[in-house]
Amino acid sequence: MDEERVAVLDPGPEKVIGPGHDFASVTTKIGGVVFMPFLRTPRQIFIGFACAFVLVNLFMVAVTWLFAKGVGVWGIVIPVAWGFAIVNFVWWIGIGHAGTLISAILLLLKQDWRTSINRFSEAMTLFAVACAGMFPILHLGRPWLAYWLLPYPNTMWLWPQPRSPLIWDVFAVSTYASVSFLFWFTGLIPDFGTMRDGAAKGWQQKIFGVLAMGWRGSAKHWARYQKAYLLLAGLSTPLVVSVHSVVSFDFAISILPGWHTTIFPPYFVAGAIYSGFAMVLSLAIPIRRWYHLEDLITMRHIECMAKVMLGTGLIVAYGYAMEAFMGWYSGNQFERFLFWNRTWGGHYFWTYWLLILCNILLPQLLWSRRVRLNVVAVFLLSLVINTGMWLERFVIVVTSLERDFVPSAWGRYYPTFWDIATFVGTIGVFLALMFLFVRGVPAISMFEMREVLHEEASHAHGD
Amino acid sequence: MLTETRLAGHVKLHGLMAQFSQPEPLLEAAHRAYAEGYRHMDAYAPMPVEGLADAIGFHSNAVSRWVFAAGLAGASGGFGLMWWISVIAFPHNVAGRPLNSWMAYIPITFECMVLVACFTAVISMLALNGLPEPYHPVFNVAQFARASRDKFFLCIEAADPKFDPGATRDFLAGLNAEEVLDVVP
Repeated sequence: MDEERVAVLDPGPEKVIGPGHDFASVTTKIGGVVFMPFLRTPRQIFIGFACAFVLVNLFMVAVTWLFAKGVGVWGIVIPVAWGFAIVNFVWWIGIGHAGTLISAILLLLKQDWRTSINRFSEAMTLFAVACAGMFPILHLGRPWLAYWLLPYPNTMWLWPQPRSPLIWDVFAVSTYASVSFLFWFTGLIPDFGTMRDGAAKGWQQKIFGVLAMGWRGSAKHWARYQKAYLLLAGLSTPLVVSVHSVVSFDFAISILPGWHTTIFPPYFVAGAIYSGFAMVLSLAIPIRRWYHLEDLITMRHIECMAKVMLGTGLIVAYGYAMEAFMGWYSGNQFERFLFWNRTWGGHYFWTYWLLILCNILLPQLLWSRRVRLNVVAVFLLSLVINTGMWLERFVIVVTSLERDFVPSAWGRYYPTFWDIATFVGTIGVFLALMFLFVRGVPAISMFEMREVLHEEASHAHGD
Repeated sequence: MLTETRLAGHVKLHGLMAQFSQPEPLLEAAHRAYAEGYRHMDAYAPMPVEGLADAIGFHSNAVSRWVFAAGLAGASGGFGLMWWISVIAFPHNVAGRPLNSWMAYIPITFECMVLVACFTAVISMLALNGLPEPYHPVFNVAQFARASRDKFFLCIEAADPKFDPGATRDFLAGLNAEEVLDVVP
């Protein structure tokens, strides 16, 4: 039954929008998700939110326990002082990157398939960065002193060290979070105007009215708006590259074998986009189905994203190959030992092969168009890739720290229950926020859909 | 169709508004109104329409200029702060490297540039647009609720020296408008 409905709604892999839509109908369809009466919300959303909310509570418990007891509740030891916290930090921030890529870079490249997924991915960025940002702070040990990371005049006349990549990270991540919010909110202003004008209930009108700030779609407004939006996109494009490069500097600037390599920045950025697109797919596929948005998020969107995953996955594969090659070519015994330890000798050797399976071998299925057009297969692969990318960060952080130069300094790392609870908890926080976002504000940009519709119509006339 | 909702003479109009259902007639109408000599006017659309701002004679690069200035300020501020911290406020010898190791300040300089420029882009866009602005006369027109949905409007304002209630109404009606509406202040 569902298959038939999808066949009717989805215009296939050639089109970015289903047939029969006009300016009013796209508005009604996208706005309708928000204006839907509370109890008419699809059952899956309630169930999904409930599950996520359980995990939010797990997160609360885990963080409370951490604050009460200190970071000793985690499995971190010397030499593996970073552990899950930094693995999760890098994973989450990487996921965020696809949102900015879709919004900014694809806008500059004028890709028509970006439009119905950009709002959604920007929200994903925002929530992923929020999850990411929590980890370094929780990891501080005394998280209430997190503001010490910022340069501010204080009675001790102490200042952060601007030559340290960890301070670069503070600036990069906080800038990224702020700019992602601005980008997302700016994109929403005209749509808030639409929601204000379409709201049936007074309280909805008031909320959307305040958020729209009096937007009235004047040509002068639009002219400045488009300029500002384009500038935001132009500034976000190098920003997104810089953020994950800076994250990779946290590793690459050190002298630890397995971290001290120049391939890290490009390979981290590609990996970030890889996992981010996987996350967009993991979220978009169920939501388009639950809210019947198959005519707005079409197979073309899914296929394009699958292709980006395949491409960035190959860059990541090149990164792995280079790591192995440089380990051998450097002629450095520590580098050679590290590679042997990662892939064969160490007790976490299986995580390396699992990561190769998840990130390199299985995604090769995406070469086949039949797989790319199979929604279930793409969804499963997106989950596999997210797992693989998490494992990649685990391998980088843990196996390198466990075995550095002198055997007397070696150690072993085992995550504890609280490590896992904090990590799974942030997944809950992320999903709960996504569920609220999809229900509370238009998840697809309405004014940009009208533009796409108008362009499609003019093309049809042109032919 | 032309609505005949004439208002009593003592109520001053904010302007007259023509309604269209597609962007092309609006663009055409805007061009013709500008050619006719009208200057105090605004066009309203549920999405950006290419060339519409030019058509009503609006050109502005103010946002870009503000962003450029803000980017410069952010970059120099970021670099200056890092330099001042490491050289003046808290000189700290790390493995004999020079205090002014400027290459290490570049990532933060870049981030500060982006941060300040992005905030300025949004804030200057809102400020120049006069937002937030809770009240505007165009909202008094009932049909205007569709300006954010599927209708396109051209409003010639009474402030225009060429504005004349009768003549302007006839002019707008001659532009293939679906309707001509009064905008009360």
